[in-house]
Amino acid sequence: MINAVGRELPEKIGNYVVKPFMGIGKAVDDLPPVVSKRRPSLRPESGTKLLPTLEDAIKACGLKDGMTISFHHCFREGDMVIGQVLTAIRGLGIKNLRFAPSAVVNIKNPSVTEFVKDGTITNIEASGIRGELGDAVIDGLMENPVILRPHGSRPRAIESGDLMIDVAFLGASAADEYGNATGQIGPNACGSMGYAFVDAHNAGKVVIVTDNLVDYPCAPISISQQYVDYVVKVDQAGDPAKIGAGAARITKNPRDLMIAKRTVDVIAASRMFRQGFSFQTGAGAIAIACTNFLSERMEEAGITASFALGGIPAAIIDMYKKGQVRVVACSQSFDAVAAKAIVECPGVIEIDNAVYSNMYSKGCMLDKLNFGVLGALEVDTDFNINILTGSSGEMMGGLGGGPDVADGADISIVTLPVVRGRTPSIVPKVFTCCTPGTSVAVVVTEAGVALNPKHKYYEELKEDLTAANVKLVDIQDLCELARSIVGTPKPIECTDKIVAVVEYRDGTVIDVIRQIKR
Amino acid sequence: MALNIKQTAVAGTMESSDVMVTVKPAEGQGLVIHLQSNVLTTFGDQIRATVQEVFSDFGIRDAEVFLVDKGAIDCVIRARVQAAICRASGEGFNWKGEDK
Amino acid sequence: MGKIALKRTSLYASGASPVNLLQARFYNEDCLVYDLEDSVPVQEKDAARLLVYNLVKYQRPVGKYVIIRVNGIYSEYIDEDLEAAVRACPDAIRIPKVEHAYEVQKIAKRISEIEKAAGIEEGSIELWCNIESYLGVLNAREIAESDPRVVALALGAEDFTASMKAARTKASLEIFYARNAILMACRAAGVEAIDAVFSDINDVEGLKEDVKLTRNLGFDGKTVVHPRQVDVVNAAFTPSKKEINYALRVLAAVEEGKRQHKGAVTLGGDMIDKPMELRAQTTLAQARAAGINV
Repeated sequence: MINAVGRELPEKIGNYVVKPFMGIGKAVDDLPPVVSKRRPSLRPESGTKLLPTLEDAIKACGLKDGMTISFHHCFREGDMVIGQVLTAIRGLGIKNLRFAPSAVVNIKNPSVTEFVKDGTITNIEASGIRGELGDAVIDGLMENPVILRPHGSRPRAIESGDLMIDVAFLGASAADEYGNATGQIGPNACGSMGYAFVDAHNAGKVVIVTDNLVDYPCAPISISQQYVDYVVKVDQAGDPAKIGAGAARITKNPRDLMIAKRTVDVIAASRMFRQGFSFQTGAGAIAIACTNFLSERMEEAGITASFALGGIPAAIIDMYKKGQVRVVACSQSFDAVAAKAIVECPGVIEIDNAVYSNMYSKGCMLDKLNFGVLGALEVDTDFNINILTGSSGEMMGGLGGGPDVADGADISIVTLPVVRGRTPSIVPKVFTCCTPGTSVAVVVTEAGVALNPKHKYYEELKEDLTAANVKLVDIQDLCELARSIVGTPKPIECTDKIVAVVEYRDGTVIDVIRQIKR
Repeated sequence: MALNIKQTAVAGTMESSDVMVTVKPAEGQGLVIHLQSNVLTTFGDQIRATVQEVFSDFGIRDAEVFLVDKGAIDCVIRARVQAAICRASGEGFNWKGEDK
Repeated sequence: MGKIALKRTSLYASGASPVNLLQARFYNEDCLVYDLEDSVPVQEKDAARLLVYNLVKYQRPVGKYVIIRVNGIYSEYIDEDLEAAVRACPDAIRIPKVEHAYEVQKIAKRISEIEKAAGIEEGSIELWCNIESYLGVLNAREIAESDPRVVALALGAEDFTASMKAARTKASLEIFYARNAILMACRAAGVEAIDAVFSDINDVEGLKEDVKLTRNLGFDGKTVVHPRQVDVVNAAFTPSKKEINYALRVLAAVEEGKRQHKGAVTLGGDMIDKPMELRAQTTLAQARAAGINV
């Protein structure tokens, strides 16, 4: 069958029943009650939830072959919990697990790939798989396809029963022996634990893994004791040097700076750029530069923002401290400055990822967002976005909150260069469709700004940008320019085997990724 | 006028959008191309074709060429191969040959 | 003055770096200078020449005035640089360190020979002369009038001040005379005057001050060395409402004169000559480039 973005999909992939993407807002309108594996539990006889080792906690949770385990990715590249837990599980001989972290960060020594190869893990569900594991998956390492969901879809999947978690292992930079935990304090603070809440609230068993046991009660409390079964202290839960790595770079690349400046020109030209507006810029090099330019433009215009949302870097905390943003809602903290700010600044708050992005709730903060700035690997002439697969079909990124922000924000702006090396970024058809073009308002490149004529704010934006002398180009022309520079790439050949399913924020299938033919 | 590859020579860098080309003498072995590229899947064939074309423009049949490509576009590859050939042959570029 | 082409900014891109050469076209500069001279190390001159030749030939940016800066007239590279540069068919070739009219004439003659051999329309490639010494400044008028190919003179302040044993300061009093001398030479010859680089790329406020003077003195454009300088300089060359209105009135008078088949056209008692008409057109082109509807 063919879905609403023209992708060919099978009816079933193994046991996975494909619900094709029908268009934004066209998914199932039947909303059954929330399901959960959480059950009440009596107070522990020993008077404490602290167990000596991870093995003890795994056994106490009753983890068995074929069950589902989950983790959060708030420690990002500095995560040391996943490796330790998986090693302990392997030591106990438990196999065929469904591994369902909020995102697979590129951890090494051990890498997740080892646990797939030895059969500890047989299924993966996450927002993205990159690095060594991504390469292995795309080459057909796993029998069952990886299920990729954007951030907003993970709480939906958990509460709808699509993803039932048996045991959640939640790393924390500080916790007490009765299970109150946080990422905001301690030597290895990661800041917001936004991605841990839905797991804590809905998993069958919840284990807090910390390297910093504090006196009862821990304060502040992110994850409350009422959801926690066991606590384990390990030597180290995170490597602070790597927690902020991979994000938050200040770019000097003049091309990226120009794209950022143009992006802010677009924002400042819009009529929605007014007192009390809201924005999300993210963590890429261009995004950080955007934040700095935006701060200047707000100062010039004499306006302040009501809130900034999502993954938060130091640049946005600077704006808060200058009084330019009233509330900073952090689903994630991208660096040490942002991590500390939640404790230090009353208006910088930790939010549950579901509050940030879950459209199947009674309202997420994205519903109130004016401007969302996004990165992308590829955009096509229908404005569809690929944020997963690179020029040779390799796994390059994660869905993150990209599809959620594009849909949630009034005006979503995709920033990317026309070409990267010899790889075109504006293409006739994206290799993997992650975000439907209808939710993308603007594409900003070094060669010009393209508006999506099918976006709901097209007429308004066109009027505002024309009035502000922002030069507009046709997306077709950008595509042709990219081709004229790099030539026409040979299509990537795939086998019939589906290695990953790409779900949209409503749980339907927007695309699949097939094994690369070598 | 065919040129002779007399010595090993290099042109280009390992920077993004560039290609490092090494040309070596290979008497009687034809044109042997070793290609390393971050766009091998999508542009490997085109890169080889360009290298062959440049060598044939110079009338060179025998040489061993090593390319470490960092996403160079076609005319950059052309320029780097031309530079490496000129250096390896010790001859200047025949600009008059460009006149059609 | 030749054809109307904006020359507010000319941005150098190093012939040694493919990534710089490829990205340079995307900044908003009017003129893109592919450099074979100062930014290219001696051992890379041959490779840079081939790179620039191929890039201009196969990847010429649309809507941009393309310039190739060759090595010095007395350098060992100049002959081959010209062979390559002419065959690449740029809009102009920029010659560094020009001091005498005969130097330009010699280069122009060589260009004609290569144009002929390569089957390129003779005289189609223009010349920009960099004036970078006291001799160059003293001979600026002869240089500007030396050959019909010459369309612009550009001041190179660093080498000029060195030749003068002067200090190079931000206030730039040490180049004030040179700026004016070059401007007068250009006005006399009817060619364009391009001001020197402001070299502190991190000092945006300093650049703004400097380019204000550039414009007030009468320069048509400025050389820039970093992409981030482009927008600032272009903005400084955005004409005021008064200037736009005056340009519109000049052109309206010219149109009216044509309709009435008048030989001489006047505006408020002043004769409108060809350079005035061209300047008015340039003003409007600058306004349009800045996004102003005229």
